[in-house]
Amino acid sequence: MPLPLGAPALPLHEAGKYVAGAYIVFVVLLVVYVGIMAAKLQRIEREMSEIATIAEQRKEEKDEVSA
Amino acid sequence: MYGKGLKTLSIATVAMLALSLSLVFFYAPLETDQGFIQKIFYLHVPLAMTALVGFVVGGVFAIAHLRTNNRKWDAYSYVAIHISIIFGVGVLITGAIWAKASWGHWWVWEEPTLVSFLIVFLLYATYYPFRYAIEDRDRQARYASVFAVTAGAFVPLNFLAVRMAQSLVHPRVFATSEGGLPGSMLLTFLCCLAAIALLWVTLVKFELTAKSASGQVKRLRRALDAPAAGSGSRIAPEVS
Repeated sequence: MPLPLGAPALPLHEAGKYVAGAYIVFVVLLVVYVGIMAAKLQRIEREMSEIATIAEQRKEEKDEVSA
Repeated sequence: MYGKGLKTLSIATVAMLALSLSLVFFYAPLETDQGFIQKIFYLHVPLAMTALVGFVVGGVFAIAHLRTNNRKWDAYSYVAIHISIIFGVGVLITGAIWAKASWGHWWVWEEPTLVSFLIVFLLYATYYPFRYAIEDRDRQARYASVFAVTAGAFVPLNFLAVRMAQSLVHPRVFATSEGGLPGSMLLTFLCCLAAIALLWVTLVKFELTAKSASGQVKRLRRALDAPAAGSGSRIAPEVS
């Protein structure tokens, strides 16, 4: 495939689309990653809440038995 | 505690990224041949360098795991490779955009730098199914470490082989005897490299903190004899 080695630089209005595209890809990747991590964090929070409920139930049962 | 210092690191990363972007668009001069398109270089090359170094770092952590049999190092290795693969996706996409703008083609199979990076990326893409194929956690960690060491050793060898090959079109920035980047471009590039490297470290720490939190929750469940919620990941190593 012959490559245009000596091709002139693209004009700004043309080049701008590509540069913006590259930087947007980077931002999108970061946002997707943060979104996935946020979903994981939500799951951990939910599990912590479940565990707290179980611990409180156990404590109440223990208090009832000792009373 | 993996979360220690994460806040400071995150702030430093954001500040460094902001400074780098300012330098790229307001300080670095336009390159004579490529013009504005060359601005992609400040994102693409640091991403590629960080991803490749990240793969090697994953291999170093894997050596530590094989030597000590401490599962912590397997988790470090897994996370280093995981984040490097994400960066690798960024390298391939930004590289394709740059190639299209500069050469008129999204991909050039004759160019050794592009193809070699794709080979490294595809090699590491097999890391997940490789881990997933092994049920036993200890064997999984051991085999994954062997994979990470072997693939980690392949990365610099691959880089050297490509460096020595006569490239037709892919720019060589630092190694040529005809000179490299002018001062202002070099400064901008080094800032971008530092920012992307900081981002990699922050994401690795962030991921390890999330895994640690998840591991602590599982420990709490076991301590309370509580039933496990849902199904945990079969491939991601646990950190406690």
